[in-house]
Amino acid sequence: MPHTPPPLDNVLQSLASRWGTLDVSTYRNQTRIVVAESVSLEVLEFLKAEGFDLLVDVTCVDYLEYRGALNRYGLVYLLTATTTNQRLTVRVFVDDPTPCVRSVVPLWEAANWLEREVWDLFGIHFEGHPDLRRLLMPEEFAAHPLRKDYPLQGRGERHNFPILTRHDG
Amino acid sequence: MALELPENVVVSRLDELANWCRKNSLWPMPFATACCGIELMATGASKHDLARFGAEVFRFSPRQCDLMIVAGRVVMKMLPVLQRIWLQMHEPKWCISMGACASTGGVFDTYAVVQGIDRFLPVDMYVPGCPPRPEQLIQAIIDLQDKIQREGTISGREFDTVERQQRKRALVESIEPLTLDASRNPLLQQQLSGLHTNAPPLGRS
Repeated sequence: MPHTPPPLDNVLQSLASRWGTLDVSTYRNQTRIVVAESVSLEVLEFLKAEGFDLLVDVTCVDYLEYRGALNRYGLVYLLTATTTNQRLTVRVFVDDPTPCVRSVVPLWEAANWLEREVWDLFGIHFEGHPDLRRLLMPEEFAAHPLRKDYPLQGRGERHNFPILTRHDG
Repeated sequence: MALELPENVVVSRLDELANWCRKNSLWPMPFATACCGIELMATGASKHDLARFGAEVFRFSPRQCDLMIVAGRVVMKMLPVLQRIWLQMHEPKWCISMGACASTGGVFDTYAVVQGIDRFLPVDMYVPGCPPRPEQLIQAIIDLQDKIQREGTISGREFDTVERQQRKRALVESIEPLTLDASRNPLLQQQLSGLHTNAPPLGRS
Protein backbone atom coordinates (compact mmCIF):
# COMPACT_ATOMS: atom_id res chain seq x y z
CA MET A 1 0.00 0.00 0.00
CA PRO A 2 1.69 3.22 -1.12
CA HIS A 3 2.24 5.80 1.55
CA THR A 4 -0.02 8.77 0.82
CA PRO A 5 1.92 11.94 1.47
CA PRO A 6 0.44 14.64 3.69
CA PRO A 7 -0.84 17.66 1.80
CA LEU A 8 1.55 20.46 1.04
CA ASP A 9 -0.53 23.18 2.64
CA ASN A 10 1.84 23.74 5.55
CA VAL A 11 4.82 24.17 3.31
CA LEU A 12 2.99 26.47 0.94
CA GLN A 13 1.69 28.54 3.82
CA SER A 14 5.14 29.03 5.32
CA LEU A 15 6.46 29.95 1.90
CA ALA A 16 3.72 32.50 1.44
CA SER A 17 4.34 33.99 4.85
CA ARG A 18 7.94 34.63 3.95
CA TRP A 19 7.70 35.66 0.32
CA GLY A 20 4.18 36.90 -0.12
CA THR A 21 1.50 35.39 -2.31
CA LEU A 22 2.70 32.48 -4.34
CA ASP A 23 1.88 31.39 -7.83
CA VAL A 24 0.65 27.88 -7.01
CA SER A 25 -1.10 25.52 -9.36
CA THR A 26 -2.08 21.87 -9.13
CA TYR A 27 -2.59 19.31 -11.82
CA ARG A 28 -3.45 15.72 -11.04
CA ASN A 29 -1.91 15.67 -7.56
CA GLN A 30 1.21 17.47 -8.74
CA THR A 31 1.83 20.87 -7.20
CA ARG A 32 4.04 23.46 -8.72
CA ILE A 33 5.08 26.94 -7.66
CA VAL A 34 6.61 29.64 -9.78
CA VAL A 35 9.32 31.76 -8.20
CA ALA A 36 11.29 34.67 -9.52
CA GLU A 37 14.94 34.21 -10.29
CA SER A 38 15.98 36.77 -7.70
CA VAL A 39 14.70 34.62 -4.84
CA SER A 40 15.09 31.16 -6.36
CA LEU A 41 18.11 30.10 -4.34
CA GLU A 42 16.56 31.28 -1.05
CA VAL A 43 13.28 29.51 -1.76
CA LEU A 44 15.05 26.28 -2.59
CA GLU A 45 17.19 26.58 0.53
CA PHE A 46 14.04 27.06 2.59
CA LEU A 47 12.39 24.07 0.96
CA LYS A 48 15.41 21.92 1.66
CA ALA A 49 15.23 22.92 5.29
CA GLU A 50 11.50 22.08 5.26
CA GLY A 51 12.35 18.49 4.42
CA PHE A 52 12.71 18.36 0.61
CA ASP A 53 16.04 16.62 0.75
CA LEU A 54 16.05 14.95 -2.68
CA LEU A 55 16.54 16.91 -5.89
CA VAL A 56 15.08 14.63 -8.50
CA ASP A 57 15.85 16.65 -11.62
CA VAL A 58 16.79 20.04 -12.98
CA THR A 59 15.59 20.58 -16.51
CA CYS A 60 14.31 23.29 -18.80
CA VAL A 61 11.60 24.08 -21.32
CA ASP A 62 12.14 26.42 -24.25
CA TYR A 63 8.98 28.46 -24.91
CA LEU A 64 10.23 30.13 -28.04
CA GLU A 65 7.21 29.43 -30.22
CA TYR A 66 4.67 28.83 -27.49
CA ARG A 67 1.42 30.79 -27.64
CA GLY A 68 1.13 33.19 -24.76
CA ALA A 69 4.63 32.71 -23.43
CA LEU A 70 6.16 35.62 -21.54
CA ASN A 71 9.65 34.27 -20.95
CA ARG A 72 11.73 32.04 -23.11
CA TYR A 73 13.18 29.50 -20.70
CA GLY A 74 11.34 27.81 -17.87
CA LEU A 75 13.64 25.96 -15.49
CA VAL A 76 12.10 23.07 -13.62
CA TYR A 77 13.30 21.85 -10.24
CA LEU A 78 11.68 18.60 -9.08
CA LEU A 79 11.93 18.15 -5.32
CA THR A 80 10.96 15.23 -3.12
CA ALA A 81 10.81 14.86 0.64
CA THR A 82 11.97 11.32 1.28
CA THR A 83 10.59 11.14 4.82
CA THR A 84 7.04 12.20 3.98
CA ASN A 85 6.93 11.32 0.25
CA GLN A 86 5.81 14.81 -0.72
CA ARG A 87 6.69 16.10 -4.14
CA LEU A 88 6.94 19.67 -5.34
CA THR A 89 7.86 21.31 -8.63
CA VAL A 90 9.55 24.70 -8.61
CA ARG A 91 9.54 26.74 -11.83
CA VAL A 92 11.92 29.61 -12.50
CA PHE A 93 11.51 31.61 -15.69
CA VAL A 94 14.49 33.31 -17.33
CA ASP A 95 14.99 35.12 -20.57
CA ASP A 96 17.38 35.88 -23.38
CA PRO A 97 19.94 37.33 -24.04
CA THR A 98 21.87 35.94 -21.09
CA PRO A 99 19.78 33.43 -19.20
CA CYS A 100 21.42 33.07 -15.82
CA VAL A 101 20.39 31.60 -12.48
CA ARG A 102 22.27 30.80 -9.33
CA SER A 103 23.45 27.26 -8.97
CA VAL A 104 21.96 24.99 -6.32
CA VAL A 105 25.06 22.81 -6.09
CA PRO A 106 25.75 24.07 -2.57
CA LEU A 107 22.38 22.60 -1.54
CA TRP A 108 22.27 19.33 -3.49
CA GLU A 109 25.38 17.74 -4.97
CA ALA A 110 23.28 16.01 -7.60
CA ALA A 111 22.72 19.39 -9.24
CA ASN A 112 26.31 19.33 -10.46
CA TRP A 113 25.68 17.14 -13.49
CA LEU A 114 22.02 18.15 -13.84
CA GLU A 115 22.98 21.78 -14.27
CA ARG A 116 25.82 20.85 -16.58
CA GLU A 117 23.29 19.09 -18.77
CA VAL A 118 21.01 22.16 -18.83
CA TRP A 119 23.97 24.37 -19.70
CA ASP A 120 25.02 21.99 -22.46
CA LEU A 121 21.64 21.61 -24.09
CA PHE A 122 19.93 24.98 -23.39
CA GLY A 123 22.67 27.45 -22.64
CA ILE A 124 21.46 28.60 -19.25
CA HIS A 125 24.39 29.78 -17.20
CA PHE A 126 24.57 28.74 -13.56
CA GLU A 127 26.43 31.19 -11.36
CA GLY A 128 28.48 29.59 -8.68
CA HIS A 129 28.67 26.20 -10.35
CA PRO A 130 32.09 24.69 -9.61
CA ASP A 131 32.63 23.11 -13.03
CA LEU A 132 30.23 24.34 -15.68
CA ARG A 133 31.12 22.60 -18.93
CA ARG A 134 29.47 20.37 -21.48
CA LEU A 135 28.28 16.98 -20.38
CA LEU A 136 26.62 15.15 -23.29
CA MET A 137 27.85 16.94 -26.39
CA PRO A 138 31.56 17.04 -27.24
CA GLU A 139 33.58 19.87 -25.68
CA GLU A 140 34.12 21.68 -28.96
CA PHE A 141 30.43 21.70 -29.90
CA ALA A 142 29.35 25.26 -30.45
CA ALA A 143 25.57 25.32 -30.11
CA HIS A 144 22.89 24.45 -27.58
CA PRO A 145 20.95 21.72 -29.37
CA LEU A 146 17.72 21.50 -27.42
CA ARG A 147 16.75 25.09 -28.10
CA LYS A 148 13.81 25.44 -30.44
CA ASP A 149 15.79 27.39 -33.00
CA TYR A 150 18.34 24.63 -33.40
CA PRO A 151 17.38 22.20 -36.20
CA LEU A 152 16.89 18.54 -35.40
CA GLN A 153 19.48 17.39 -37.92
CA GLY A 154 21.99 19.88 -36.64
CA ARG A 155 24.09 22.33 -38.60
CA GLY A 156 26.57 19.89 -40.06
CA GLU A 157 28.60 19.18 -36.93
CA ARG A 158 27.81 15.49 -37.06
CA HIS A 159 29.61 15.00 -40.39
CA ASN A 160 32.58 17.23 -39.83
CA PHE A 161 35.19 14.49 -39.53
CA PRO A 162 38.10 13.23 -41.62
CA ILE A 163 37.34 10.41 -44.03
CA LEU A 164 39.43 7.26 -43.79
CA THR A 165 39.84 5.30 -47.00
CA ARG A 166 41.34 1.91 -47.62
CA HIS A 167 44.65 3.49 -48.48
CA ASP A 168 45.04 5.20 -45.15
CA GLY A 169 45.53 1.85 -43.50
CA MET B 1 58.53 -34.43 -70.17
CA ALA B 2 58.07 -31.75 -67.58
CA LEU B 3 54.71 -30.16 -67.44
CA GLU B 4 55.05 -26.51 -68.26
CA LEU B 5 52.98 -24.40 -65.97
CA PRO B 6 52.53 -20.69 -66.28
CA GLU B 7 54.63 -18.80 -63.83
CA ASN B 8 51.97 -17.55 -61.56
CA VAL B 9 50.15 -20.82 -60.95
CA VAL B 10 52.07 -21.53 -57.79
CA VAL B 11 51.67 -18.00 -56.59
CA SER B 12 47.94 -17.91 -57.26
CA ARG B 13 47.51 -21.21 -55.46
CA LEU B 14 49.33 -19.73 -52.49
CA ASP B 15 47.12 -16.72 -52.81
CA GLU B 16 44.04 -18.88 -52.63
CA LEU B 17 45.47 -20.75 -49.69
CA ALA B 18 46.21 -17.55 -47.87
CA ASN B 19 42.70 -16.28 -48.55
CA TRP B 20 41.22 -19.55 -47.40
CA CYS B 21 43.16 -19.33 -44.15
CA ARG B 22 42.18 -15.72 -43.62
CA LYS B 23 38.52 -16.20 -44.32
CA ASN B 24 38.20 -19.16 -42.03
CA SER B 25 39.86 -17.48 -39.08
CA LEU B 26 38.29 -14.07 -38.96
CA TRP B 27 38.67 -12.73 -35.46
CA PRO B 28 35.98 -10.14 -34.86
CA MET B 29 36.51 -6.91 -33.01
CA PRO B 30 33.09 -6.21 -31.58
CA PHE B 31 32.49 -2.49 -31.65
CA ALA B 32 29.09 -2.74 -30.04
CA THR B 33 27.63 0.58 -29.02
CA ALA B 34 23.91 -0.14 -28.72
CA CYS B 35 21.14 -2.72 -29.12
CA CYS B 36 22.77 -4.46 -32.07
CA GLY B 37 25.47 -5.44 -29.63
CA ILE B 38 23.01 -7.72 -27.89
CA GLU B 39 22.27 -9.48 -31.15
CA LEU B 40 26.01 -9.70 -31.76
CA MET B 41 26.39 -11.42 -28.42
CA ALA B 42 23.50 -13.70 -29.31
CA THR B 43 25.24 -14.59 -32.55
CA GLY B 44 28.33 -15.52 -30.65
CA ALA B 45 26.41 -17.55 -28.11
CA SER B 46 25.65 -21.22 -28.38
CA LYS B 47 22.39 -21.22 -30.34
CA HIS B 48 23.65 -19.36 -33.42
CA ASP B 49 27.27 -20.18 -32.99
CA LEU B 50 29.63 -17.84 -34.77
CA ALA B 51 32.61 -19.93 -33.79
CA ARG B 52 31.58 -22.50 -36.38
CA PHE B 53 32.84 -20.09 -39.02
CA GLY B 54 36.20 -19.55 -37.45
CA ALA B 55 35.25 -16.43 -35.55
CA GLU B 56 36.12 -18.16 -32.37
CA VAL B 57 37.53 -15.33 -30.35
CA PHE B 58 35.93 -11.93 -29.91
CA ARG B 59 39.05 -10.05 -29.00
CA PHE B 60 38.50 -6.58 -27.66
CA SER B 61 41.94 -5.45 -28.63
CA PRO B 62 42.18 -4.09 -32.15
CA ARG B 63 45.76 -5.29 -32.42
CA GLN B 64 44.58 -8.88 -32.38
CA CYS B 65 41.62 -8.67 -34.74
CA ASP B 66 41.01 -8.51 -38.41
CA LEU B 67 37.26 -7.97 -38.64
CA MET B 68 35.57 -4.98 -37.04
CA ILE B 69 31.84 -5.38 -36.54
CA VAL B 70 30.28 -2.00 -35.81
CA ALA B 71 27.02 -2.86 -34.10
CA GLY B 72 24.83 0.02 -33.08
CA ARG B 73 24.49 3.72 -33.61
CA VAL B 74 27.67 5.78 -33.62
CA VAL B 75 27.41 9.31 -32.25
CA MET B 76 29.68 12.14 -33.27
CA LYS B 77 31.47 11.94 -29.96
CA MET B 78 32.30 8.29 -30.57
CA LEU B 79 33.36 8.55 -34.20
CA PRO B 80 36.97 9.65 -33.59
CA VAL B 81 37.32 6.70 -31.22
CA LEU B 82 35.96 4.38 -33.88
CA GLN B 83 38.40 5.75 -36.42
CA ARG B 84 41.29 5.33 -34.03
CA ILE B 85 40.36 1.69 -33.37
CA TRP B 86 40.14 1.10 -37.12
CA LEU B 87 43.61 2.58 -37.63
CA GLN B 88 45.01 0.41 -34.87
CA MET B 89 43.89 -2.79 -36.54
CA HIS B 90 46.47 -4.63 -38.59
CA GLU B 91 45.97 -5.23 -42.25
CA PRO B 92 44.33 -7.08 -43.89
CA LYS B 93 41.22 -5.93 -42.16
CA TRP B 94 37.56 -5.79 -42.99
CA CYS B 95 34.56 -3.97 -41.58
CA ILE B 96 30.97 -5.04 -41.20
CA SER B 97 28.39 -2.39 -40.51
CA MET B 98 25.71 -4.19 -38.54
CA GLY B 99 22.22 -2.83 -38.24
CA ALA B 100 20.41 0.15 -39.64
CA CYS B 101 22.07 2.69 -37.38
CA ALA B 102 25.63 1.86 -38.30
CA SER B 103 24.75 1.66 -41.98
CA THR B 104 22.67 4.81 -42.38
CA GLY B 105 21.89 6.29 -39.00
CA GLY B 106 18.72 4.27 -38.68
CA VAL B 107 15.75 6.05 -37.15
CA PHE B 108 18.03 8.57 -35.46
CA ASP B 109 18.37 11.40 -37.96
CA THR B 110 19.53 13.83 -35.28
CA TYR B 111 22.29 16.31 -34.60
CA ALA B 112 24.39 13.83 -32.70
CA VAL B 113 24.21 10.57 -34.69
CA VAL B 114 26.47 9.94 -37.66
CA GLN B 115 24.31 8.96 -40.62
CA GLY B 116 26.24 5.89 -41.59
CA ILE B 117 29.79 5.01 -40.64
CA ASP B 118 30.63 4.42 -44.30
CA ARG B 119 30.92 8.18 -44.61
CA PHE B 120 34.12 7.97 -42.58
CA LEU B 121 35.32 4.35 -42.76
CA PRO B 122 35.67 1.81 -45.55
CA VAL B 123 32.89 -0.72 -45.01
CA ASP B 124 32.86 -4.13 -46.70
CA MET B 125 29.51 -5.54 -45.69
CA TYR B 126 26.25 -4.00 -44.56
CA VAL B 127 23.68 -5.92 -42.54
CA PRO B 128 20.23 -4.30 -42.54
CA GLY B 129 17.88 -4.81 -39.65
CA CYS B 130 16.88 -3.26 -36.41
CA PRO B 131 18.39 -5.36 -35.02
CA PRO B 132 19.35 -7.91 -37.63
CA ARG B 133 18.66 -11.46 -36.66
CA PRO B 134 21.71 -13.59 -35.85
CA GLU B 135 21.10 -15.54 -39.03
CA GLN B 136 21.45 -12.32 -41.02
CA LEU B 137 24.75 -11.53 -39.38
CA ILE B 138 25.97 -15.04 -40.07
CA GLN B 139 24.97 -14.62 -43.70
CA ALA B 140 26.94 -11.40 -43.80
CA ILE B 141 30.01 -13.18 -42.45
CA ILE B 142 29.61 -15.94 -45.03
CA ASP B 143 29.33 -13.34 -47.79
CA LEU B 144 32.38 -11.59 -46.42
CA GLN B 145 34.23 -14.90 -46.50
CA ASP B 146 33.33 -15.24 -50.18
CA LYS B 147 34.56 -11.74 -50.78
CA ILE B 148 37.84 -12.49 -49.04
CA GLN B 149 38.28 -15.62 -51.09
CA ARG B 150 37.73 -13.72 -54.33
CA GLU B 151 40.01 -10.78 -53.65
CA GLY B 152 43.65 -11.74 -53.28
CA THR B 153 46.71 -10.37 -51.59
CA ILE B 154 49.14 -10.80 -54.49
CA SER B 155 47.00 -8.86 -56.88
CA GLY B 156 46.14 -6.39 -54.13
CA ARG B 157 42.48 -6.41 -55.04
CA GLU B 158 41.35 -6.63 -51.46
CA PHE B 159 42.29 -2.99 -51.20
CA ASP B 160 39.79 -1.10 -53.21
CA THR B 161 41.65 1.34 -55.37
CA VAL B 162 40.36 4.78 -56.16
CA GLU B 163 39.76 3.76 -59.79
CA ARG B 164 37.56 0.83 -58.78
CA GLN B 165 35.60 3.06 -56.43
CA GLN B 166 35.03 5.58 -59.18
CA ARG B 167 33.90 2.91 -61.63
CA LYS B 168 31.43 1.53 -59.10
CA ARG B 169 30.14 4.98 -58.29
CA ALA B 170 29.63 5.76 -61.97
CA LEU B 171 27.31 2.76 -62.19
CA VAL B 172 25.17 3.94 -59.32
CA GLU B 173 25.01 7.64 -60.03
CA SER B 174 23.71 7.16 -63.56
CA ILE B 175 20.42 5.89 -62.17
CA GLU B 176 17.82 8.36 -60.91
CA PRO B 177 17.67 8.20 -57.16
CA LEU B 178 14.33 6.96 -55.87
CA THR B 179 12.37 9.54 -53.96
CA LEU B 180 10.74 8.02 -50.95
CA ASP B 181 8.61 11.06 -50.15
CA ALA B 182 5.41 10.63 -52.12
CA SER B 183 4.83 14.34 -52.41
CA ARG B 184 8.06 14.75 -54.36
CA ASN B 185 7.89 11.67 -56.52
CA PRO B 186 6.85 12.95 -59.97
CA LEU B 187 5.93 9.55 -61.38
CA LEU B 188 3.68 8.75 -58.47
CA GLN B 189 2.04 12.15 -58.64
CA GLN B 190 1.30 11.63 -62.32
CA GLN B 191 -0.27 8.28 -61.64
CA LEU B 192 -2.33 9.65 -58.81
CA SER B 193 -3.58 12.62 -60.77
CA GLY B 194 -4.62 10.20 -63.49
CA LEU B 195 -6.92 8.41 -61.06
CA HIS B 196 -10.50 9.61 -61.04
CA THR B 197 -10.87 10.55 -57.40
CA ASN B 198 -11.96 13.65 -55.61
CA ALA B 199 -9.13 13.36 -53.12
CA PRO B 200 -6.46 16.05 -53.36
CA PRO B 201 -2.98 14.96 -54.43
CA LEU B 202 -0.52 13.94 -51.76
CA GLY B 203 1.87 16.40 -50.25
CA ARG B 204 1.78 20.13 -49.85
CA SER B 205 -0.25 22.04 -52.43
